[in-house]
Amino acid sequence: MITTSGLTKVYQSRGREVTALDGVDLHVREGEVFGVLGQSGAGKSSLIRCVNLLERPTTGIVTVDGVDLTALAGRGRRAGKELRRARSRIGMVFQHFNLLSSRTVQDNVELPLEILGVSGRERRTRALELLDLVGLADKANAYPGQLSGGQKQRVGIARALAGNPKVLLSDEATSALDPETTRSILQLLRDLNQELGLTVLLITHEMDVVKTVCDSAALMKKGRVVESGTVSELLATPGSELAAELFPVSGLASGPDRTVLDVTFRGEAATQPVISQLSRTYNIDISILGAAMDTVGGRQIGRMRIELPGRYEENVVPVGFLREQGLQVDVVDDAAEVVAEAELIKDGAQ
Amino acid sequence: MTWSEMEPLLTRGTYDTLYMVLWSTVVTVVGGLPLGVLLVLTDKGGLLQNRPFNRVLGVVVNIGRSMPFIILLIWLIPVTEWVIGLLTGVPTYIGPTAMIVPLSIGAIPFFARLVETAVREVDHGLVEAAQAMGGGIPTIVWKVLLPQSLPSLISGLTTTLIALIGYSALAGAVGGEGLGSLAITHGYQRFEGEFMLATVVVLVVIVTAVQLIGDGAVRLLARRGRAA
Repeated sequence: MITTSGLTKVYQSRGREVTALDGVDLHVREGEVFGVLGQSGAGKSSLIRCVNLLERPTTGIVTVDGVDLTALAGRGRRAGKELRRARSRIGMVFQHFNLLSSRTVQDNVELPLEILGVSGRERRTRALELLDLVGLADKANAYPGQLSGGQKQRVGIARALAGNPKVLLSDEATSALDPETTRSILQLLRDLNQELGLTVLLITHEMDVVKTVCDSAALMKKGRVVESGTVSELLATPGSELAAELFPVSGLASGPDRTVLDVTFRGEAATQPVISQLSRTYNIDISILGAAMDTVGGRQIGRMRIELPGRYEENVVPVGFLREQGLQVDVVDDAAEVVAEAELIKDGAQ
Repeated sequence: MTWSEMEPLLTRGTYDTLYMVLWSTVVTVVGGLPLGVLLVLTDKGGLLQNRPFNRVLGVVVNIGRSMPFIILLIWLIPVTEWVIGLLTGVPTYIGPTAMIVPLSIGAIPFFARLVETAVREVDHGLVEAAQAMGGGIPTIVWKVLLPQSLPSLISGLTTTLIALIGYSALAGAVGGEGLGSLAITHGYQRFEGEFMLATVVVLVVIVTAVQLIGDGAVRLLARRGRAA
């Protein structure tokens, strides 16, 4: 639904060049919620603005719903008519809502319809329909200044949906909201995604957002996408940073002659009581060092770090048993783990 | 001078002042609003970025702003004659109608700067939102920039109106009518102190009324936007 290839964006700032995007290839499938995660300055914001060409990419191609937007862009800073029409088919919600304080809630939702040239009566009907959809039917005549943050974002979402878009871009839509409101907004996005078949591309710096609503995710660092895939694919990728951050497990072996395993649960196997089966079958004591489990898309998914007595060579059979159950098992090498954790700490410090 | 002698003169003078001021306000808004918006749009990072044009416009506006109005008034006499000749067929620089020309030309740069400041304060995120909806520049100007800056625009308009009332009194010096001219001819040249005082009182009343109405409008507009 959304494809970017070889996207670069270079800003000129006082004679210096700043590369915000450095060859980004992204592919968002129709009907999925795709999250781009990264720290501030990683290029997320430039990326989402390049998707509807609010920012013109320096090089590269952006395709949304089969239309090459970069080809519509024309020259200069002004957006041509065709690009503007294409934009009206892409909804966008913003971190700071960007509602017009001079207009009522209903008039805010009507704005994109005015731009599309929809007649007054139709605009009214459609706006009230949308406000009903986001649960704000009773606030139609209020001004944005009278609403709470969560309500403002609901208006923002209603407005973004006014042009019947197939794609919704969400630019840190929940970053200015408290955790509870964040959950309700994410739930709304999820519902819209399922009910309307809306494709959602969201950028965020909050891991929880990805965990709660995303089917797929990408991690951006220094203008590049360093990892990308469905949540379950990422989880299956050994050494995936996103998976490690989504399902963080830590803990080191309690002594020598121990085997530490990371067990990744996904799909059917996640529903089986494998750990107790393992313990009973081989009569071994298993300690759980850490676990991170969650329900993603209605399925249990996650990681667990367990410790078995004895060296790895002595545990080949139990490991084989776990793999037979359809679980992914990675042996944690203590030395490597120490290095990895040191790096994480370093990243955090930066 | 008795009140019955003063009254018809004051009434006429007040009428002429209001006539000059209101019409020049109309012309000032028509001229200054687009100019102020253009100053923002053509500036660096603006939707119609054009640095050379912006710089030239800025210089022209600054020249207009720094000119003492009395000098402008005299310099503009030929222009005023030409414009009035074009509009009415009788070239003249005397009278309240003729005064609309220098008053407007003096106030346009002033108002344009106030418009510029007001429009510049509109959050860029709102412009971005309108762009994301597929809005073009006219949409952004008419539906976002101007409505969002309306309270500041009204407040700028109030300031401009009051400045114009002041300018209009000066206009009396070169043949305009109105309260300023009365104050000069009767009060100053004929030493009629009471009459001078009366014109000043009327001017104070007009200015106060304008300020109160302007402030009231701004408060009304601001309340609906910010109410908690």
